[in-house]
Amino acid sequence: MTRILVVGAGPAGIRATETLVAAGLCPTVVDEGSRAGGQIYRRPPEGFTRPPGTLYGSEAGKARRLHDVFDGFVRDRKVEYHPECSILGLHDGVAQVLGPTGVISLPYDRLIIATGATDRLAPVPGWQMAGVYSLGAAQIALKAQGVALGRRMVLAGSGPLLTLVAAQLIDAGAEVAAVLETAPWRAQVRGGARMALARPFVTLRGLRMRARLGRLYKAGVTLASIEGEGTGLQAINWRDARGRIQRTACDTVALGWHLRAETALADLAGASFEWSDTWEQWLPRADAEGRAADGLYLAGDGMSLLGADGAEISGRLAARACLADLGYQMDMGAYARDLRGARRLRHFAKGVADAFPWPADMIRALPDAAILCRCEGVTAGELRATLPLSGSEANRAKSLSRVGMGRCQGRYCQLAGAEVMAAATGVRAAQMGRLRVQSPARPAPLAAFATRSDSQA
Amino acid sequence: MRGGVPSAGRVRRLAETDRAALVFRFDGAAYSGLDGDTVLTAVLAALPDLRAAEFGPERRAGFCLMGACQDCWLWQEDGPRLRACSTPLRAGMRLRSSPSDDWPGTLP
Repeated sequence: MTRILVVGAGPAGIRATETLVAAGLCPTVVDEGSRAGGQIYRRPPEGFTRPPGTLYGSEAGKARRLHDVFDGFVRDRKVEYHPECSILGLHDGVAQVLGPTGVISLPYDRLIIATGATDRLAPVPGWQMAGVYSLGAAQIALKAQGVALGRRMVLAGSGPLLTLVAAQLIDAGAEVAAVLETAPWRAQVRGGARMALARPFVTLRGLRMRARLGRLYKAGVTLASIEGEGTGLQAINWRDARGRIQRTACDTVALGWHLRAETALADLAGASFEWSDTWEQWLPRADAEGRAADGLYLAGDGMSLLGADGAEISGRLAARACLADLGYQMDMGAYARDLRGARRLRHFAKGVADAFPWPADMIRALPDAAILCRCEGVTAGELRATLPLSGSEANRAKSLSRVGMGRCQGRYCQLAGAEVMAAATGVRAAQMGRLRVQSPARPAPLAAFATRSDSQA
Repeated sequence: MRGGVPSAGRVRRLAETDRAALVFRFDGAAYSGLDGDTVLTAVLAALPDLRAAEFGPERRAGFCLMGACQDCWLWQEDGPRLRACSTPLRAGMRLRSSPSDDWPGTLP
């Protein structure tokens, strides 16, 4: 039987798996989570008791259906499931997988990658302090652990997630001191109109949730600095839409500017990339069904930032493309329906991107003393100082400054680093090029290689 | 402030507090977390942060909580580091914010 490896068990990976199982195949699924669901439909550990309605709100039905489908496959042994496993490398049709028992090799004939996204981060002076988190982290802590990451939290950045996480935290009893949106109202009105045309109910639901935040929500802000003393974080300083300096006392700040596609494995598997003007980041090239290279299929936010509903659709499309390439007969009706659905979600996503833009000006104006690389404490000034040798080339700037070379492997600094260097050299961020990705895609202890639990050393 | 169970650390427990207690050690002192906590949740329920930054004067307390940023690693008394955000707490864990004095110890 053809060996198909699905990477990721979020909405895209689960729907891809379902499509393969329906065709009679037994795919191998590797996922970093301990329970399937991905980040947006992340489940707490066994034994937690909050019902799906509390955890996922209006999306509870979708979450439950996805969890049930996948749990059923695992129970009935329709899939070979490897939870709590990270893929370190992909080479010559073999995945090197780090799991609880060490590193194993998983050979495959076809690969479906659905690795999702992380928050897209922009540095704010002081963001290296303990108590600054990604916005997704604040949501994960609440959903998967039932905790608030601080006693008085400020959420800052841009995008629908900002409103959603704020509302979820407040409903759960957390204290949210302010919700600071960097997108100006006029961008939100322009993009919001487009969003409403594509998905009126979803847009309305978002607006209602926003309205509930009332005076906590400020749009068009510029973030100036996160302030602390000793080991504690004390406040965030920001300018309101009229340019007035404001200070909000808090012990925790969660930052996020919509999403950044997680593409390291797609890159290692041989996908090519292009700059997306819509999302201001590099995205893998794929056709409408997710074909990215020979035997390589992409789905979900790791391919195209369409969100959870789009991930379910693109998961099915990628698996169908894979099956069609293997000679299986496909149901053309379901196929056409999904292509139409994906088109509608692309219109919506374009509206989201217009409404909640990347804060390029704020990043370009970062003071020299601001830390840009959070892993290794490299400042914007140290990056700018590489200019005479690095010019407008991201990989040279990385070699000379170490921005992008720390433990996160550039996941949280690459886009901001490119923006800073683009400003210094008078080019667009796209012209800085893209950081090369290298194995291992996650840090791995040497002992994991020394105690291989399979025969293929 | 509404709801929540008082704790000395950074995080506030807002729900799911009816779980068995697990005792672990961090930098030599005994603390109690809950069954189902990640290491990060358990440590930050007791303390304001996880460890010192290696490249600056500040402290670190994790960042992404989804295994992508690698900011939340901690040491264990027997050597290997772990990623606190994605490692479940187990009773009897012996964790450290810095390597033990004899690290890397005696190699087998």
